[in-house]
Amino acid sequence: MIEVLASILILAGAGLALIAAIGLQRFGDVFARMHVATKPASLGMALALTGAVLAMAGVGHTTKLILVILFQYLTAPISAHLIGRATFRAGTEMHPDTNFDELASRIKPHPRQSN
Amino acid sequence: MLQVSTTIALAALSIAAALCIVRMARGGSLPDRVVALDSLLVIVVIGLAVLAARTGESLYLDIMVVASLLGFTGTTLVSTFVERRGAR
Repeated sequence: MIEVLASILILAGAGLALIAAIGLQRFGDVFARMHVATKPASLGMALALTGAVLAMAGVGHTTKLILVILFQYLTAPISAHLIGRATFRAGTEMHPDTNFDELASRIKPHPRQSN
Repeated sequence: MLQVSTTIALAALSIAAALCIVRMARGGSLPDRVVALDSLLVIVVIGLAVLAARTGESLYLDIMVVASLLGFTGTTLVSTFVERRGAR
């Protein structure tokens, strides 16, 4: 029974990772690709690692896996925010279908950047 | 049961890793490659978890901790580089 549950969680995590990779190919813009790559990253990893927790017995294994899940949930938003902010301030052009850009009047390009 | 499901999961993760590597090679700009590398590291960590669940080997768990730490450090470093030098 617990093996069935672990299998379902592992398959869901792997499927989310596959969806993220397909989105990296299909979307036409750094920001859209970031949107599709960062959201399944934390959820898919949490699902797959919970499946691994169920499949492996032992307190030490469970502690390490939960540590990785916690660390991913702490750092994934930070790194996504950093790379998105750096990309925006570097003046990357957006996809032609982008309708509006609310940050354009608020965030200036980096002063040290050579154009 | 677990053998079959981990085989399917590893196949899906292999396709996902190949797609990430294609995006890294084709690029577009430097942040595209960074995002692709980030999701490739996530796929590696998920694959290590699947392998650990399949074999019951606890060595993979230590490698997972190190890989998730290194992914965050690398992305942070490259993002400061992108902010200063521009996305090319």
